Amino acid sequence: MDAVFLALILMLSIFLGFELISKVPATLHTPLMSGANAISGITIVGALISAGSGTDLLATILGAAAVMFATINVVGGYMVTNRMLSMFKKKDVDPSGGKS
Amino acid sequence: MSLEIINLWYVVAAALFIFGLKQLGSPATAVRGNKLSSIAMLIAVVATLFNKDILPWEWIIGAILVGSLVGAVTAQKVEMTSMPEMVALFNGSGGIASLMVGWAALYNLDNTTFTHITILLSILIGGMTFSGSILAWGKLSEVINSAAVVFGAQRFVNAMILVALVVCSVMFCLEPAIDSPYLYAVITLALVFGVMAVLPIGGADMPVVISLLNSYSGLAACAAGFAINNNILIVAGSMVGAAGIILTNIMCKAMNRSLGHVLFSGFGAVKEATKVEGEVKPINSEDAFLILEAAQSVTFVPGYGMAVAQAQHVVRELGELLEKNGAEVTYAIHPVAGRMPGHMNVLLAEANVPYDQLVEMEDINPRIDKVDVAVVIGANDVVNPAARNDENSPIYGMPIINVDYAQTVFVLKRSMASGFSGVDNPLFFGDNTRMLFGDAKQSLAAVVAEFKT
Repeated sequence: MDAVFLALILMLSIFLGFELISKVPATLHTPLMSGANAISGITIVGALISAGSGTDLLATILGAAAVMFATINVVGGYMVTNRMLSMFKKKDVDPSGGKS
Repeated sequence: MSLEIINLWYVVAAALFIFGLKQLGSPATAVRGNKLSSIAMLIAVVATLFNKDILPWEWIIGAILVGSLVGAVTAQKVEMTSMPEMVALFNGSGGIASLMVGWAALYNLDNTTFTHITILLSILIGGMTFSGSILAWGKLSEVINSAAVVFGAQRFVNAMILVALVVCSVMFCLEPAIDSPYLYAVITLALVFGVMAVLPIGGADMPVVISLLNSYSGLAACAAGFAINNNILIVAGSMVGAAGIILTNIMCKAMNRSLGHVLFSGFGAVKEATKVEGEVKPINSEDAFLILEAAQSVTFVPGYGMAVAQAQHVVRELGELLEKNGAEVTYAIHPVAGRMPGHMNVLLAEANVPYDQLVEMEDINPRIDKVDVAVVIGANDVVNPAARNDENSPIYGMPIINVDYAQTVFVLKRSMASGFSGVDNPLFFGDNTRMLFGDAKQSLAAVVAEFKT
Protein backbone atom coordinates (compact mmCIF):
# COMPACT_ATOMS: atom_id res chain seq x y z
CA MET A 1 0.00 0.00 0.00
CA ASP A 2 1.12 3.52 -0.67
CA ALA A 3 3.04 5.07 2.23
CA VAL A 4 1.28 8.40 1.75
CA PHE A 5 -2.09 6.71 1.94
CA LEU A 6 -1.08 4.95 5.17
CA ALA A 7 0.12 8.27 6.58
CA LEU A 8 -3.29 9.78 5.79
CA ILE A 9 -4.99 6.95 7.67
CA LEU A 10 -2.60 7.55 10.57
CA MET A 11 -3.36 11.24 10.75
CA LEU A 12 -7.12 10.76 10.60
CA SER A 13 -7.09 8.07 13.28
CA ILE A 14 -5.01 10.18 15.66
CA PHE A 15 -7.45 13.07 15.30
CA LEU A 16 -10.35 10.70 15.77
CA GLY A 17 -8.71 9.24 18.88
CA PHE A 18 -8.27 12.69 20.40
CA GLU A 19 -11.88 13.59 19.65
CA LEU A 20 -13.26 10.36 21.05
CA ILE A 21 -11.38 10.39 24.32
CA SER A 22 -11.19 14.04 25.27
CA LYS A 23 -14.34 14.08 27.40
CA VAL A 24 -14.06 11.01 29.58
CA PRO A 25 -15.06 11.33 33.25
CA ALA A 26 -12.35 10.49 35.79
CA THR A 27 -14.36 7.52 37.02
CA LEU A 28 -13.67 5.73 33.78
CA HIS A 29 -9.96 6.47 33.47
CA THR A 30 -8.81 3.02 34.50
CA PRO A 31 -11.29 1.03 32.39
CA LEU A 32 -10.59 3.32 29.46
CA MET A 33 -6.89 2.70 29.85
CA SER A 34 -7.19 -1.06 30.12
CA GLY A 35 -9.77 -1.13 27.33
CA ALA A 36 -7.48 0.88 25.09
CA ASN A 37 -4.66 -1.40 26.15
CA ALA A 38 -6.65 -4.38 24.92
CA ILE A 39 -7.17 -2.62 21.58
CA SER A 40 -3.42 -2.12 21.29
CA GLY A 41 -3.29 -5.92 21.19
CA ILE A 42 -4.44 -5.47 17.58
CA THR A 43 -0.81 -6.20 16.84
CA ILE A 44 -2.02 -9.81 17.05
CA VAL A 45 -3.20 -9.40 13.46
CA GLY A 46 0.33 -8.51 12.43
CA ALA A 47 1.64 -11.39 14.49
CA LEU A 48 -0.68 -13.85 12.74
CA ILE A 49 0.47 -12.65 9.35
CA SER A 50 4.13 -12.86 10.36
CA ALA A 51 3.75 -16.29 11.91
CA GLY A 52 2.03 -17.54 8.79
CA SER A 53 3.81 -15.91 5.91
CA GLY A 54 7.39 -16.76 6.74
CA THR A 55 9.14 -19.56 4.98
CA ASP A 56 11.88 -19.16 7.53
CA LEU A 57 11.57 -21.09 10.78
CA LEU A 58 12.85 -18.19 12.88
CA ALA A 59 10.16 -15.90 11.42
CA THR A 60 7.53 -18.47 12.34
CA ILE A 61 8.86 -18.75 15.88
CA LEU A 62 8.99 -14.96 16.26
CA GLY A 63 5.47 -14.68 14.87
CA ALA A 64 4.12 -17.42 17.11
CA ALA A 65 5.68 -15.84 20.19
CA ALA A 66 4.21 -12.50 19.12
CA VAL A 67 0.80 -14.15 18.73
CA MET A 68 1.07 -15.52 22.26
CA PHE A 69 2.04 -12.21 23.85
CA ALA A 70 -0.55 -10.26 21.87
CA THR A 71 -3.23 -12.78 22.86
CA ILE A 72 -2.38 -12.28 26.55
CA ASN A 73 -2.78 -8.56 25.95
CA VAL A 74 -6.08 -8.91 24.11
CA VAL A 75 -7.82 -11.57 26.18
CA GLY A 76 -6.54 -10.33 29.52
CA GLY A 77 -7.23 -6.69 28.66
CA TYR A 78 -10.82 -7.19 27.58
CA MET A 79 -11.68 -9.53 30.42
CA VAL A 80 -10.25 -7.35 33.13
CA THR A 81 -11.93 -4.25 31.66
CA ASN A 82 -15.22 -6.07 31.62
CA ARG A 83 -14.70 -7.20 35.20
CA MET A 84 -13.97 -3.65 36.30
CA LEU A 85 -16.86 -2.10 34.41
CA SER A 86 -19.35 -4.57 35.80
CA MET A 87 -18.50 -3.23 39.25
CA PHE A 88 -19.46 0.33 38.39
CA LYS A 89 -22.98 0.93 39.60
CA LYS A 90 -25.29 3.83 39.76
CA LYS A 91 -27.09 4.54 42.97
CA ASP A 92 -30.34 2.65 43.61
CA VAL A 93 -30.06 0.32 40.68
CA ASP A 94 -28.44 -2.31 42.86
CA PRO A 95 -30.42 -5.43 41.87
CA SER A 96 -30.22 -6.82 45.40
CA GLY A 97 -31.87 -3.58 46.45
CA GLY A 98 -30.57 -4.00 49.95
CA LYS A 99 -28.32 -1.69 51.81
CA SER A 100 -26.87 -3.46 54.79
CA MET B 1 -11.02 -15.10 1.22
CA SER B 2 -9.33 -12.65 -1.07
CA LEU B 3 -7.24 -9.80 0.23
CA GLU B 4 -9.94 -7.29 -0.74
CA ILE B 5 -12.59 -9.03 1.32
CA ILE B 6 -10.24 -9.33 4.29
CA ASN B 7 -9.58 -5.60 4.06
CA LEU B 8 -13.32 -4.99 3.93
CA TRP B 9 -13.71 -6.86 7.22
CA TYR B 10 -10.91 -4.71 8.62
CA VAL B 11 -13.01 -1.66 7.80
CA VAL B 12 -15.92 -3.17 9.75
CA ALA B 13 -13.57 -3.87 12.65
CA ALA B 14 -12.21 -0.32 12.57
CA ALA B 15 -15.75 1.10 12.71
CA LEU B 16 -16.57 -1.10 15.70
CA PHE B 17 -13.36 -0.05 17.46
CA ILE B 18 -14.37 3.57 17.01
CA PHE B 19 -17.89 3.01 18.38
CA GLY B 20 -16.50 0.90 21.19
CA LEU B 21 -13.98 3.51 22.25
CA LYS B 22 -16.64 6.21 22.10
CA GLN B 23 -19.00 4.23 24.32
CA LEU B 24 -16.19 3.55 26.79
CA GLY B 25 -16.35 7.27 27.53
CA SER B 26 -19.64 7.19 29.41
CA PRO B 27 -20.44 5.07 32.47
CA ALA B 28 -23.85 4.07 31.14
CA THR B 29 -22.54 2.60 27.88
CA ALA B 30 -19.02 1.54 28.85
CA VAL B 31 -19.76 -2.17 29.24
CA ARG B 32 -21.30 -2.26 25.77
CA GLY B 33 -18.39 -0.29 24.37
CA ASN B 34 -15.88 -2.77 25.69
CA LYS B 35 -17.86 -5.66 24.21
CA LEU B 36 -18.12 -3.91 20.85
CA SER B 37 -14.41 -3.40 20.73
CA SER B 38 -13.76 -7.04 21.66
CA ILE B 39 -16.07 -8.10 18.83
CA ALA B 40 -14.07 -5.84 16.53
CA MET B 41 -10.91 -7.61 17.63
CA LEU B 42 -12.50 -11.00 16.99
CA ILE B 43 -13.56 -9.94 13.49
CA ALA B 44 -10.07 -8.68 12.70
CA VAL B 45 -8.44 -11.90 13.93
CA VAL B 46 -10.86 -14.25 12.19
CA ALA B 47 -10.66 -12.33 8.92
CA THR B 48 -6.88 -12.55 9.08
CA LEU B 49 -7.01 -16.29 9.68
CA PHE B 50 -9.08 -16.70 6.51
CA ASN B 51 -6.06 -15.63 4.53
CA LYS B 52 -5.14 -18.98 3.02
CA ASP B 53 -1.46 -18.20 3.16
CA ILE B 54 -1.56 -18.46 6.89
CA LEU B 55 0.09 -21.63 7.93
CA PRO B 56 1.21 -23.54 10.01
CA TRP B 57 -1.91 -23.93 12.06
CA GLU B 58 -0.42 -25.89 14.92
CA TRP B 59 1.91 -23.01 15.87
CA ILE B 60 -0.81 -20.42 15.74
CA ILE B 61 -3.42 -22.42 17.59
CA GLY B 62 -0.89 -23.33 20.26
CA ALA B 63 0.16 -19.71 20.72
CA ILE B 64 -3.44 -18.48 20.90
CA LEU B 65 -4.40 -21.15 23.42
CA VAL B 66 -1.46 -20.41 25.70
CA GLY B 67 -1.99 -16.66 25.43
CA SER B 68 -5.73 -16.88 26.09
CA LEU B 69 -5.19 -19.10 29.10
CA VAL B 70 -2.58 -16.82 30.66
CA GLY B 71 -4.61 -13.68 29.92
CA ALA B 72 -7.91 -15.10 31.15
CA VAL B 73 -6.51 -16.53 34.36
CA THR B 74 -4.66 -13.36 35.33
CA ALA B 75 -7.66 -11.19 34.44
CA GLN B 76 -9.92 -13.24 36.71
CA LYS B 77 -7.51 -13.71 39.57
CA VAL B 78 -6.00 -10.28 39.93
CA GLU B 79 -6.94 -8.27 43.00
CA MET B 80 -8.40 -4.85 42.24
CA THR B 81 -5.65 -3.30 44.35
CA SER B 82 -3.02 -4.81 42.03
CA MET B 83 -4.64 -3.39 38.93
CA PRO B 84 -1.81 -0.93 38.14
CA GLU B 85 0.75 -3.73 38.08
CA MET B 86 -1.44 -5.77 35.83
CA VAL B 87 -2.07 -2.97 33.36
CA ALA B 88 1.72 -2.51 33.25
CA LEU B 89 2.26 -6.19 32.46
CA PHE B 90 -0.39 -6.19 29.72
CA ASN B 91 1.21 -3.09 28.22
CA GLY B 92 4.52 -4.88 28.27
CA SER B 93 3.20 -7.96 26.50
CA GLY B 94 1.65 -5.79 23.80
CA GLY B 95 4.98 -4.01 23.40
CA ILE B 96 7.06 -7.14 23.03
CA ALA B 97 4.53 -8.52 20.54
CA SER B 98 4.93 -5.40 18.38
CA LEU B 99 8.70 -5.71 18.61
CA MET B 100 8.49 -9.28 17.35
CA VAL B 101 6.08 -8.39 14.56
CA GLY B 102 8.51 -5.76 13.36
CA TRP B 103 11.43 -8.15 13.61
CA ALA B 104 9.61 -10.91 11.76
CA ALA B 105 8.66 -8.41 9.03
CA LEU B 106 12.35 -8.28 8.10
CA TYR B 107 11.92 -11.72 6.57
CA ASN B 108 9.86 -10.17 3.79
CA LEU B 109 12.44 -9.76 1.09
CA ASP B 110 10.98 -6.88 -0.91
CA ASN B 111 11.09 -4.26 1.84
CA THR B 112 11.76 -0.66 0.90
CA THR B 113 13.86 1.73 3.00
CA PHE B 114 10.65 3.32 4.27
CA THR B 115 9.49 -0.09 5.47
CA HIS B 116 12.82 -0.67 7.17
CA ILE B 117 12.47 2.60 9.03
CA THR B 118 9.01 1.65 10.23
CA ILE B 119 10.30 -1.80 11.22
CA LEU B 120 12.98 -0.17 13.33
CA LEU B 121 10.38 2.15 14.84
CA SER B 122 8.17 -0.75 15.85
CA ILE B 123 11.20 -2.51 17.36
CA LEU B 124 12.22 0.65 19.18
CA ILE B 125 8.81 1.61 20.56
CA GLY B 126 7.81 -1.99 21.24
CA GLY B 127 11.10 -2.69 23.01
CA MET B 128 11.00 0.34 25.23
CA THR B 129 7.34 -0.27 26.03
CA PHE B 130 8.26 -3.78 27.08
CA SER B 131 11.26 -3.06 29.29
CA GLY B 132 9.72 0.15 30.66
CA SER B 133 6.53 -1.71 31.59
CA ILE B 134 8.43 -4.50 33.28
CA LEU B 135 10.36 -1.96 35.34
CA ALA B 136 7.12 -0.09 36.13
CA TRP B 137 5.60 -3.39 37.21
CA GLY B 138 8.60 -4.01 39.47
CA LYS B 139 8.27 -0.59 41.04
CA LEU B 140 4.50 -0.85 41.48
CA SER B 141 4.62 -4.28 43.08
CA GLU B 142 7.57 -3.13 45.19
CA VAL B 143 9.70 -5.98 43.89
CA ILE B 144 12.28 -3.27 43.46
CA ASN B 145 12.55 0.07 45.23
CA SER B 146 9.82 2.30 43.87
CA ALA B 147 11.65 5.55 44.55
CA ALA B 148 12.99 7.68 41.73
CA VAL B 149 16.54 6.76 40.73
CA VAL B 150 18.43 9.84 39.64
CA PHE B 151 22.15 9.98 39.06
CA GLY B 152 24.35 12.78 37.84
CA ALA B 153 25.19 11.65 34.32
CA GLN B 154 21.67 10.44 33.61
CA ARG B 155 20.86 12.94 30.89
CA PHE B 156 24.24 12.38 29.30
CA VAL B 157 23.81 8.60 29.32
CA ASN B 158 20.30 8.91 27.88
CA ALA B 159 21.53 11.23 25.15
CA MET B 160 24.30 8.75 24.32
CA ILE B 161 21.79 5.91 24.07
CA LEU B 162 19.64 8.01 21.74
CA VAL B 163 22.61 8.88 19.55
CA ALA B 164 23.68 5.23 19.44
CA LEU B 165 20.11 4.27 18.50
CA VAL B 166 20.05 6.71 15.60
CA VAL B 167 23.50 5.66 14.38
CA CYS B 168 22.70 1.96 14.53
CA SER B 169 19.36 2.54 12.79
CA VAL B 170 21.01 4.45 9.95
CA MET B 171 23.70 1.80 9.58
CA PHE B 172 21.04 -0.86 9.46
CA CYS B 173 19.01 0.95 6.81
CA LEU B 174 22.08 1.38 4.64
CA GLU B 175 22.66 -2.32 4.58
CA PRO B 176 19.56 -4.13 5.79
CA ALA B 177 20.00 -7.79 6.58
CA ILE B 178 18.23 -10.14 8.92
CA ASP B 179 21.47 -11.01 10.70
CA SER B 180 22.86 -7.50 10.74
CA PRO B 181 24.68 -6.78 14.03
CA TYR B 182 23.03 -3.35 13.98
CA LEU B 183 19.62 -5.01 14.29
CA TYR B 184 20.64 -6.68 17.53
CA ALA B 185 22.18 -3.42 18.70
CA VAL B 186 18.89 -1.56 18.07
CA ILE B 187 16.90 -4.21 19.94
CA THR B 188 19.26 -4.07 22.91
CA LEU B 189 19.39 -0.29 22.96
CA ALA B 190 15.60 -0.06 22.78
CA LEU B 191 15.28 -2.29 25.83
CA VAL B 192 17.92 -0.31 27.73
CA PHE B 193 16.23 2.95 26.77
CA GLY B 194 12.90 1.77 28.20
CA VAL B 195 14.59 1.00 31.51
CA MET B 196 16.37 4.36 31.56
CA ALA B 197 13.10 6.16 30.83
CA VAL B 198 11.23 4.68 33.80
CA LEU B 199 14.16 4.63 36.26
CA PRO B 200 13.97 8.32 37.28
CA ILE B 201 10.23 8.18 37.96
CA GLY B 202 9.06 7.70 41.51
CA GLY B 203 5.98 5.94 42.86
CA ALA B 204 3.78 9.03 43.14
CA ASP B 205 4.35 9.82 39.46
CA MET B 206 3.31 6.36 38.34
CA PRO B 207 -0.10 7.44 36.94
CA VAL B 208 1.77 9.44 34.32
CA VAL B 209 4.07 6.57 33.38
CA ILE B 210 1.32 4.00 33.17
CA SER B 211 -0.75 6.10 30.83
CA LEU B 212 2.32 7.03 28.79
CA LEU B 213 3.32 3.37 28.40
CA ASN B 214 -0.26 2.69 27.39
CA SER B 215 0.14 5.26 24.66
CA TYR B 216 3.45 3.71 23.56
CA SER B 217 1.92 0.25 23.26
CA GLY B 218 -0.59 1.71 20.81
CA LEU B 219 2.08 3.56 18.86
CA ALA B 220 4.16 0.37 18.70
CA ALA B 221 1.22 -1.46 17.14
CA CYS B 222 0.79 1.47 14.77
CA ALA B 223 4.44 1.30 13.70
CA ALA B 224 4.12 -2.46 13.22
CA GLY B 225 1.15 -1.69 10.97
CA PHE B 226 3.37 0.44 8.76
CA ALA B 227 6.01 -2.31 8.78
CA ILE B 228 3.63 -4.89 7.39
CA ASN B 229 1.36 -2.56 5.41
CA ASN B 230 -1.71 -3.26 7.46
CA ASN B 231 -4.24 -0.51 7.97
CA ILE B 232 -6.22 -1.98 10.88
CA LEU B 233 -3.05 -1.92 12.98
CA ILE B 234 -2.50 1.71 12.07
CA VAL B 235 -6.07 2.75 12.85
CA ALA B 236 -6.43 0.89 16.15
CA GLY B 237 -2.86 1.54 17.25
CA SER B 238 -2.96 5.27 16.67
CA MET B 239 -6.31 5.65 18.43
CA VAL B 240 -4.82 3.95 21.48
CA GLY B 241 -1.77 6.18 21.15
CA ALA B 242 -3.96 9.28 21.12
CA ALA B 243 -6.05 8.05 24.07
CA GLY B 244 -2.91 7.42 26.09
CA ILE B 245 -1.51 10.86 25.34
CA ILE B 246 -4.75 12.50 26.49
CA LEU B 247 -4.73 10.58 29.77
CA THR B 248 -1.05 11.40 30.26
CA ASN B 249 -1.85 15.05 29.74
CA ILE B 250 -4.70 14.95 32.27
CA MET B 251 -2.37 13.36 34.81
CA CYS B 252 0.35 15.94 34.23
CA LYS B 253 -2.12 18.81 34.58
CA ALA B 254 -3.38 17.31 37.83
CA MET B 255 0.15 17.58 39.17
CA ASN B 256 0.83 20.97 37.60
CA ARG B 257 3.96 19.60 35.97
CA SER B 258 5.00 19.27 32.38
CA LEU B 259 5.50 15.86 30.86
CA GLY B 260 9.19 16.61 30.40
CA HIS B 261 9.53 17.45 34.07
CA VAL B 262 7.93 14.19 35.13
CA LEU B 263 10.06 12.16 32.74
CA PHE B 264 13.44 13.69 33.36
CA SER B 265 13.63 14.80 36.95
CA GLY B 266 13.00 12.66 39.97
CA PHE B 267 10.24 13.81 42.25
CA GLY B 268 11.37 15.99 45.12
CA ALA B 269 14.96 15.93 43.95
CA VAL B 270 15.02 19.64 43.26
CA LYS B 271 13.65 21.48 46.25
CA GLU B 272 13.52 21.00 49.96
CA ALA B 273 10.16 21.91 51.48
CA THR B 274 9.96 24.25 54.40
CA LYS B 275 9.81 22.08 57.46
CA VAL B 276 6.60 22.60 59.31
CA GLU B 277 6.50 22.21 63.02
CA GLY B 278 3.50 21.97 65.21
CA GLU B 279 1.50 19.76 67.41
CA VAL B 280 -0.67 17.00 66.13
CA LYS B 281 -3.98 16.38 67.81
CA PRO B 282 -4.66 12.66 67.97
CA ILE B 283 -8.18 11.36 68.40
CA ASN B 284 -9.57 7.96 69.26
CA SER B 285 -12.31 6.08 67.46
CA GLU B 286 -14.89 6.90 70.11
CA ASP B 287 -14.46 10.66 69.70
CA ALA B 288 -14.29 10.27 65.94
CA PHE B 289 -17.63 8.51 66.09
CA LEU B 290 -19.20 11.30 68.14
CA ILE B 291 -18.09 13.94 65.64
CA LEU B 292 -19.18 11.86 62.65
CA GLU B 293 -22.55 11.14 64.22
CA ALA B 294 -23.25 14.87 64.50
CA ALA B 295 -22.04 15.61 60.95
CA GLN B 296 -24.49 16.66 58.22
CA SER B 297 -22.07 16.15 55.38
CA VAL B 298 -19.03 13.91 55.20
CA THR B 299 -16.46 13.63 52.42
CA PHE B 300 -14.01 10.78 52.17
CA VAL B 301 -10.74 11.57 50.44
CA PRO B 302 -8.94 8.34 49.58
CA GLY B 303 -5.33 7.90 48.47
CA TYR B 304 -2.88 5.13 47.78
CA GLY B 305 -2.87 4.24 51.48
CA MET B 306 -6.47 3.06 51.16
CA ALA B 307 -5.37 0.58 48.49
CA VAL B 308 -2.46 -0.62 50.63
CA ALA B 309 -4.67 -1.11 53.68
CA GLN B 310 -7.44 -2.68 51.53
CA ALA B 311 -9.79 -0.36 53.40
CA GLN B 312 -12.28 0.32 50.58
CA HIS B 313 -14.95 -2.06 51.89
CA VAL B 314 -14.98 -0.70 55.40
CA VAL B 315 -15.01 2.83 53.97
CA ARG B 316 -18.19 2.00 52.09
CA GLU B 317 -19.70 0.43 55.21
CA LEU B 318 -19.02 3.58 57.20
CA GLY B 319 -20.38 5.69 54.34
CA GLU B 320 -23.65 3.77 54.38
CA LEU B 321 -23.99 4.06 58.14
CA LEU B 322 -23.46 7.80 57.89
CA GLU B 323 -26.08 8.07 55.18
CA LYS B 324 -28.56 6.17 57.32
CA ASN B 325 -27.72 8.62 60.04
CA GLY B 326 -28.87 11.42 57.73
CA ALA B 327 -25.55 12.76 56.52
CA GLU B 328 -24.74 13.55 52.95
CA VAL B 329 -21.79 11.35 51.96
CA THR B 330 -19.44 11.95 49.05
CA TYR B 331 -16.09 10.59 47.98
CA ALA B 332 -13.71 13.23 46.65
CA ILE B 333 -11.12 11.84 44.29
CA HIS B 334 -8.01 13.60 43.12
CA PRO B 335 -7.05 12.72 39.54
CA VAL B 336 -3.63 11.39 40.54
CA ALA B 337 -4.63 9.67 43.78
CA GLY B 338 -3.19 6.18 43.69
CA ARG B 339 -0.84 4.66 41.19
CA MET B 340 -2.77 4.85 37.94
CA PRO B 341 -5.48 7.08 36.45
CA GLY B 342 -8.80 6.31 38.12
CA HIS B 343 -7.25 3.91 40.65
CA MET B 344 -9.46 5.04 43.56
CA ASN B 345 -12.62 4.95 41.46
CA VAL B 346 -12.03 1.30 40.65
CA LEU B 347 -11.40 0.34 44.25
CA LEU B 348 -14.52 2.13 45.48
CA ALA B 349 -16.55 0.58 42.68
CA GLU B 350 -15.29 -2.81 43.80
CA ALA B 351 -16.61 -1.99 47.27
CA ASN B 352 -20.04 -1.16 45.74
CA VAL B 353 -19.86 2.60 46.11
CA PRO B 354 -22.20 4.00 43.44
CA TYR B 355 -20.22 6.10 40.97
CA ASP B 356 -22.53 9.11 41.28
CA GLN B 357 -21.30 9.53 44.85
CA LEU B 358 -17.75 10.02 43.58
CA VAL B 359 -16.96 13.68 42.99
CA GLU B 360 -14.00 15.22 41.25
CA MET B 361 -11.65 17.77 42.72
CA GLU B 362 -13.16 20.72 40.83
CA ASP B 363 -16.63 19.86 42.12
CA ILE B 364 -15.80 19.45 45.77
CA ASN B 365 -13.39 22.36 46.27
CA PRO B 366 -15.94 25.21 45.86
CA ARG B 367 -18.18 23.70 48.53
CA ILE B 368 -15.60 22.10 50.80
CA ASP B 369 -16.14 24.75 53.51
CA LYS B 370 -19.68 23.41 53.91
CA VAL B 371 -18.41 19.91 54.56
CA ASP B 372 -18.59 19.04 58.26
CA VAL B 373 -16.03 16.28 58.25
CA ALA B 374 -13.46 15.42 55.58
CA VAL B 375 -11.94 12.00 56.17
CA VAL B 376 -8.52 11.62 54.56
CA ILE B 377 -7.65 7.96 54.10
CA GLY B 378 -4.08 7.26 53.13
CA ALA B 379 -3.73 10.38 50.97
CA ASN B 380 -0.97 12.88 51.53
CA ASP B 381 0.34 14.97 48.65
CA VAL B 382 -3.09 15.46 47.07
CA VAL B 383 -4.39 17.16 50.23
CA ASN B 384 -1.19 18.97 51.22
CA PRO B 385 -1.82 22.71 51.69
CA ALA B 386 1.89 23.32 51.06
CA ALA B 387 1.03 22.96 47.38
CA ARG B 388 -0.93 26.22 47.81
CA ASN B 389 1.20 28.13 50.30
CA ASP B 390 4.81 27.02 50.33
CA GLU B 391 6.77 28.11 47.30
CA ASN B 392 9.66 25.91 48.36
CA SER B 393 7.58 22.77 48.31
CA PRO B 394 8.33 20.37 45.46
CA ILE B 395 4.61 20.05 44.89
CA TYR B 396 4.00 23.84 44.93
CA GLY B 397 1.34 24.72 42.36
CA MET B 398 -0.21 21.29 42.20
CA PRO B 399 -4.00 21.53 42.48
CA ILE B 400 -5.15 19.81 45.66
CA ILE B 401 -8.38 18.95 47.39
CA ASN B 402 -8.63 21.72 49.99
CA VAL B 403 -9.64 19.53 52.91
CA ASP B 404 -8.09 22.01 55.32
CA TYR B 405 -11.03 24.34 54.56
CA ALA B 406 -13.54 21.77 55.80
CA GLN B 407 -15.01 22.23 59.29
CA THR B 408 -13.13 19.24 60.64
CA VAL B 409 -10.52 17.01 59.01
CA PHE B 410 -9.77 13.47 60.09
CA VAL B 411 -6.48 12.15 58.81
CA LEU B 412 -6.07 8.38 58.98
CA LYS B 413 -2.42 7.62 59.11
CA ARG B 414 -0.30 4.71 60.15
CA SER B 415 2.21 6.84 62.04
CA MET B 416 3.81 10.24 61.79
CA ALA B 417 6.22 9.39 58.99
CA SER B 418 5.94 11.84 56.10
CA GLY B 419 4.29 10.76 52.88
CA PHE B 420 5.72 9.17 49.82
CA SER B 421 7.64 12.08 48.41
CA GLY B 422 8.99 13.05 51.80
CA VAL B 423 6.99 16.26 51.88
CA ASP B 424 6.06 17.55 55.27
CA ASN B 425 2.39 18.19 55.37
CA PRO B 426 1.15 21.25 57.33
CA LEU B 427 -2.34 19.74 57.19
CA PHE B 428 -1.41 17.47 60.09
CA PHE B 429 -0.90 20.48 62.35
CA GLY B 430 -4.08 22.36 61.39
CA ASP B 431 -6.38 23.59 64.13
CA ASN B 432 -9.29 21.67 62.67
CA THR B 433 -7.28 18.49 62.00
CA ARG B 434 -7.59 15.36 64.10
CA MET B 435 -5.22 12.47 63.54
CA LEU B 436 -6.54 8.94 63.78
CA PHE B 437 -3.38 6.87 64.00
CA GLY B 438 -3.20 3.22 63.10
CA ASP B 439 -4.04 0.93 60.20
CA ALA B 440 -6.77 2.64 58.16
CA LYS B 441 -8.86 -0.49 57.92
CA GLN B 442 -8.75 -1.17 61.65
CA SER B 443 -9.35 2.46 62.59
CA LEU B 444 -12.42 2.64 60.38
CA ALA B 445 -13.67 -0.71 61.58
CA ALA B 446 -13.46 0.60 65.13
CA VAL B 447 -15.56 3.64 64.18
CA VAL B 448 -18.07 1.39 62.42
CA ALA B 449 -18.27 -0.75 65.56
CA GLU B 450 -19.07 2.37 67.59
CA PHE B 451 -21.94 3.13 65.21
CA LYS B 452 -23.38 -0.32 65.68
CA THR B 453 -23.43 -0.28 69.45
